[in-house]
Amino acid sequence: MRAFDYAAPKSLNEAVSLLSRRGDRARVLSGGTDLIVQVREKRRDLDLMVDVKNIPELSEIRYEPAAGLALGASVACSRIYEHPVVSRVYPGLVDAAFLIGGIQIQNRASLGGNLCNASPAADSIPALIAHRAICVIAGPNGGRELPVEQFCVAPGRNALQAGELLVSFRIPAPPPRFGANYIRFIPRNEMDIAVVGCGASLTLREDLKTIAEARVALGAVAPTPLLVAEAASALSGSAFSSESVDRAAIACQAAARPITDMRGTAEYRRHLVGVLTRRALLKAFERAQEAANAR
Amino acid sequence: MPDKARVRATINGEPADFLCEPRQSLLEVLREELKLTGTKEGCNNGNCGACNVLLNGLLVNSCLVLAVEADGAKVETIEGVMGPQGLHPLQTAFLENAALQCGICTPGFIVAAKALLERKPKATEAEIRHWCAGNLCRCTGYDKIVRAVLDAETRMGEGQ
Ligand code: FES
Ligand code: FES
Repeated sequence: MRAFDYAAPKSLNEAVSLLSRRGDRARVLSGGTDLIVQVREKRRDLDLMVDVKNIPELSEIRYEPAAGLALGASVACSRIYEHPVVSRVYPGLVDAAFLIGGIQIQNRASLGGNLCNASPAADSIPALIAHRAICVIAGPNGGRELPVEQFCVAPGRNALQAGELLVSFRIPAPPPRFGANYIRFIPRNEMDIAVVGCGASLTLREDLKTIAEARVALGAVAPTPLLVAEAASALSGSAFSSESVDRAAIACQAAARPITDMRGTAEYRRHLVGVLTRRALLKAFERAQEAANAR
Repeated sequence: MPDKARVRATINGEPADFLCEPRQSLLEVLREELKLTGTKEGCNNGNCGACNVLLNGLLVNSCLVLAVEADGAKVETIEGVMGPQGLHPLQTAFLENAALQCGICTPGFIVAAKALLERKPKATEAEIRHWCAGNLCRCTGYDKIVRAVLDAETRMGEGQ
């Protein structure tokens, strides 16, 4: 690998000032599962890696039933799915964290890294969107927040400005009768990149049939992960039924702008969007009912 | 050329103190500087698991860890698997079940399987296959490896 400097700041301020000073010659190192490979394969050139894993805000998992979850951007996937509360309250995140790479990758890779890498096919992004996650960003001009669905701007490009870094996700506590799911299609059982991914969440009314609110997000079918507002409107206020689910699936197929590449043709991907949307919604519905019954 | 960093870590229970460049992976330092060549390089990009080690008790690909990140950490490699009484039951089971051919993937599989059995001494075949999804073997076809891990479970259950 080409030579570079390494710094492991212990505070956000220190990290921001390092990143501001070195501009786009610096890059944040979290789990390294994308960054180290990119640098080694000369797909990314840099002078400084800023290891952020020693900064408390980036490595904490803090859950309060009222406020919801503060999930540090560097928290490794395995810490998420092994967390007794998070794994119960945020099932869509767990689905995604458990799918990314093998165990070795899950012990290092973080949702913050997965998001910043801004791959259109990133598994965690549709799940974060389904759970209404908000990015907490620190920078030279102070902090700001941005919904996850606005964070990716193009393949491999995110909304961070010079000197900024992603600190954590703020994820609301789910309302009662809430369920979420993330699924993807890959041609084998493990260790592959999504041909299509779908994250969905549903909140039910007290009758446990009518959908109060829905969110559906797609991966690998557009330059960035997509929140499909039309799918949500097709579901909100309707009973959960094969008709309402079909309307959402058709809305997702209409919103998808897939390309043809080695993982599948555009036509195949569009077909998969329909299949996965139906399956993710069904699973989210079952989980919402389970959540209601567990209370 | 950036300065070399001093790294102090515990490797297989022994203190280690070394200098490295930030660009060197933990895998490179283990093999080239510390001469712990049991850990193998297969792909060098996080796909094959030949470079598996435990970092603070967690299974990781050492090709995707910078050696400087290991400062203050506990690292366990294949060299630390054998106990004072000789081969670890997993190592015996790999030998007796012919679970290796060229052997390049074997240290990674054994380090991974040991981490699994420490958490789940009675892991099922499906759990073993899932856990080892990040380990590639171009020779055996995997069946013998999975059988060896199941056999090691039995041996360890019998306290051999
Ligand atoms: S050499 Fe590290 S995963 Fe293959
Ligand atoms: S024995 Fe040759 S790669 Fe596994």
